Amino acid sequence: MIEILTAVFLVAGAGFMLIAALGLLRMPDLLTRMHATTKAGVLGAGLIMVGAAIFIGQLTVVVKAVAVIAFLILTAPVAAHAIGRAGYFMGVPLWSQTHTDELEGRYDPETHILASSSEKPSGNDGQVPRETSGSDRQEP
Amino acid sequence: MFDYAIFVAYALLSLALVLSFVRLVLGPSLPDRVVALELLASLTVGFIGVAVVSTGRSAFLDVAMVLALTAFLAAIAFARYLEKGGHRLND
Repeated sequence: MIEILTAVFLVAGAGFMLIAALGLLRMPDLLTRMHATTKAGVLGAGLIMVGAAIFIGQLTVVVKAVAVIAFLILTAPVAAHAIGRAGYFMGVPLWSQTHTDELEGRYDPETHILASSSEKPSGNDGQVPRETSGSDRQEP
Repeated sequence: MFDYAIFVAYALLSLALVLSFVRLVLGPSLPDRVVALELLASLTVGFIGVAVVSTGRSAFLDVAMVLALTAFLAAIAFARYLEKGGHRLND
């Protein structure tokens, strides 16, 4: 019974991690790639850790597995936010079919301070030039 | 049956490792590569979890814990370098 449960958790976790890698390879721009990897990757690693904890079954192992899952869940959103923010400031192009970019022109390109909706940031008329393109953008 | 499940888990994780390595090589921008590196670290944590089950050595979980934390630190350091470095693609 424990073996069946462990096998289900391991295979499900590995499958989610494969979906994450597939999304990383196939998605068209940085933000959609992060959308695939952070959520599916953390879910897959967490399921595998649950499987290992069920299989070993000792208290110390369960605590360690829970600690790993807690670290993953706490750190993955922060890291994804930091990378996405850095990519946005770098001017990484969005997908050509991106519908709205609500931050466009709201960030001061020098100080990286976000302006509210009523005021425009100073300098450069607040217009950060951005172009969109597909995934096959040339390396600068 | 159980050995077969562990084999399937290893095979799926290996395929995922290959796919994310392809994205790491292709890029095209540095943040894409950082995301690929982050997923590689998550995949290694998954590998360690499967290895704990297949070998029965629970001490590997310490490695997984440390690896998860250092991958987070690496991602934050890369993001800070990209943001504060003043490096813009479209200048």
